[in-house]
Amino acid sequence: MNLATQQFDAVIVGGGGAGLRASLELAQSGLNVAVISKVFPTRSHTVSAQGGINAALGNTDGSDDWRWHMYDTVMGSDFLGDQDAIEYMCKNAPQTIYELEHMGLPFSRLDDGKIYQRAFGGQTRDYGKELVHRTCCAADRTGHAMLHTLYQRNIAAKAKFFNEWFAVDLVKAERGIAGIIALNIETGEVVFLQARATILATGGAGRIFQSTTNAHINTGDGFGMVLRAGLPLQDMEFWQFHPTGIAGAGVLITEGSRGEGGYLINKNGERYMERYAPHLKDLSCRDVVARSSMIEIREGRGCGPKGDYVLLKLDHLGADVINKRLPGIRELSITFAGVDPLKNPIPVVPTCHYLMGGIPTNIHAQVLTVKEGQDHVVEGLYAAGECACVSVHGANRLGANSLLDIVVFGRAAGLHVQQSVREGLGYRIAAPSDIEAALAGLARWERNQNGESVDTIRTELQKIMQNDFGVFRTAEHMMEGFKKLEKLQDRLKTASIKDKSQCFNTSRIEALELDNLMATALATAYLANERTESRGAHARYDFPERDDANWLKHSMYFIEGNKIDFRPVNMKPHEVKPIELRERE
Amino acid sequence: MQFSIYRYNPETDKEPYMQEYQLDTEANNCYMVLDALLAIKNVMDDTLTLRRSCREGVCGSDGMNINGKNGLACTTHLSTLKEPIVIRPLPGLPVIRDLVVDMTQFYKQYESVKPYLQNSDPAPAKERLQSPEERTKLDGLYECILCACCTSSCPSYWWNPEKFVGPAGLLQAYRFVADSRDTQTNERLANLTDPFSLFRCRGIMNCVDVCPKGLNPTKAINQLKELMLEEAV
Repeated sequence: MNLATQQFDAVIVGGGGAGLRASLELAQSGLNVAVISKVFPTRSHTVSAQGGINAALGNTDGSDDWRWHMYDTVMGSDFLGDQDAIEYMCKNAPQTIYELEHMGLPFSRLDDGKIYQRAFGGQTRDYGKELVHRTCCAADRTGHAMLHTLYQRNIAAKAKFFNEWFAVDLVKAERGIAGIIALNIETGEVVFLQARATILATGGAGRIFQSTTNAHINTGDGFGMVLRAGLPLQDMEFWQFHPTGIAGAGVLITEGSRGEGGYLINKNGERYMERYAPHLKDLSCRDVVARSSMIEIREGRGCGPKGDYVLLKLDHLGADVINKRLPGIRELSITFAGVDPLKNPIPVVPTCHYLMGGIPTNIHAQVLTVKEGQDHVVEGLYAAGECACVSVHGANRLGANSLLDIVVFGRAAGLHVQQSVREGLGYRIAAPSDIEAALAGLARWERNQNGESVDTIRTELQKIMQNDFGVFRTAEHMMEGFKKLEKLQDRLKTASIKDKSQCFNTSRIEALELDNLMATALATAYLANERTESRGAHARYDFPERDDANWLKHSMYFIEGNKIDFRPVNMKPHEVKPIELRERE
Repeated sequence: MQFSIYRYNPETDKEPYMQEYQLDTEANNCYMVLDALLAIKNVMDDTLTLRRSCREGVCGSDGMNINGKNGLACTTHLSTLKEPIVIRPLPGLPVIRDLVVDMTQFYKQYESVKPYLQNSDPAPAKERLQSPEERTKLDGLYECILCACCTSSCPSYWWNPEKFVGPAGLLQAYRFVADSRDTQTNERLANLTDPFSLFRCRGIMNCVDVCPKGLNPTKAINQLKELMLEEAV
């Protein structure tokens, strides 16, 4: 097959925060770098992040310590987070914030001119004592401010963008990854982008669920690509349900609204988090708050005619705080819930928000696979951001640690690629059969006729995941979901699109995305069913306790033969003492 | 509800046409224009082509012309619209297919104002200080989502898309002029003194009328002009 080929030192898949931070590092170093993004970069899902980004600056409180931030992150992760990675992230957080500020990010300010910091869930001082103000923000539009700032810096650094190009698949080489097959959405042109280093920054996959805070574009493209290349995904059973998605619409209301003093109430007007978590209350970890809300709803204390949501009360904060600190969520609430939080509480419900698992990497963002119990670096492949599992979030991510993750590890990827190229990292040759393999999915959708529609399969997939793999899980439900998923997987093979145009064919993109959603859902289903304990966001009725003796380990899923494997959790930080196992509140 | 939607695929159509669709918006749980467009695409006609991403009015993908006025499909309530609901691509920009327009020139104009912070002093070890009052000056500017609703509603831009920066780009030009941390105000203003870049704005204020984020590019443009006057005096 005759395919146009272009060569780059680095190809970055994804133009969100992680991809843009990596590209900035590389473009500034003078390397030849290309960013492939299926949407114009500022349409990436980072733009929707609201509440902020954590760093132990101590601006609001007078003092803070990255070690306390690290402790909170490990506790929040329910001990599944890798302590070497968490140490690296929390230690680098302050410098990362200052860099973003120097780039121009319009942070909110304190009276003394320093960056304003607010309270957020699970953030404490002195190893679990009182709440701390650690979350830097630009009102409640921090993701928007960050993404635009990073894109602006990339304009200044003259990075090369392939905007509205879709990454179809990784191209394997004898050793490692040779590059990617990319499709120009506007023209239908298909090219092989060969790279010394390919960096996946493809974000999350919340669209496997019916109700999600995620954008339409969050379809797990990197997960599908990695699985099809024979590489594993890690900890895919750990999906975070955000306590406050607007009921019905799914749109996010930031945890920052509770950080500023808002709280949740049930139909009796009771502030129920005081009962579930007397210490941190509404600012407990998200998994704890989400489960508490679901219990309230299930036990008949939900609000509304169907009793299927709870209420987030903000009106007591007053117009000043809401308009200054939470203007964006006021706008969203009026538009999507018909409620002005100045006057009335917002109807909210736990909503799929974030995947803690993903593509396993080390702290340099190098992708790992496992052979005979040993980690192996996949040559030429990196991953950063939500698509990666480094793992700094373990079984449950703390709010405002994701914006931190994407910039810290986007930068780490950029730094390591620079160093590797300097040390002679070359191109890897792809055999014609490897290129054919990477084109197979595209060819199938071209060929298939008169099958079921993409929307039919996608809707069923989302329903199965919502009903059988939600906030609370049992073997019984998951087995049912499994059977349905396997049948659906067969039906997907013959599904088809009617639109065969080469010109801006979004139906074809949605079809390719559906393959990735299915791969992500299967990985989730296999690993959720396998893990017979409750840890962080993975909560099972049939195994309600954390089981460190058997399950203090990362789980891995390979598509071939649906193989499951495990990796140990890293409990060896370099500079501080390991944080020992203990119970959470 | 009755929809009339602009269709054009250069591969198959000699010229654009309007296609009628009848959609049961209640049965399909549609509240916003975007819900309805996606329902039409998903259930009736998978060739209907549009951009969308966040579906909550922050990514700026789905700017389009709805019953004659530019706006975001995802934040426009169906209940506020008269039938038939007429949907067209953003005006004044080349159409790639259906509701998808070519935004190359729009982005070029954005880049022309050097939309990034420039500070000639060495960066301090920590953050640059900025008072809350100084920071407040960026409100109403930094929130732009680059949806192009404003620029594509501006007659001055329709006439001179290569020479007039347009409201979105000028809003960003002022965002950096207004930032106490940016030291390049003189260069930024000098960059706009030709007869077209800024001065083709005739104060029609279509931009203010359509901005889905409630921003005011005309005010920003006037502030740029005032600063230029001060410089000149």
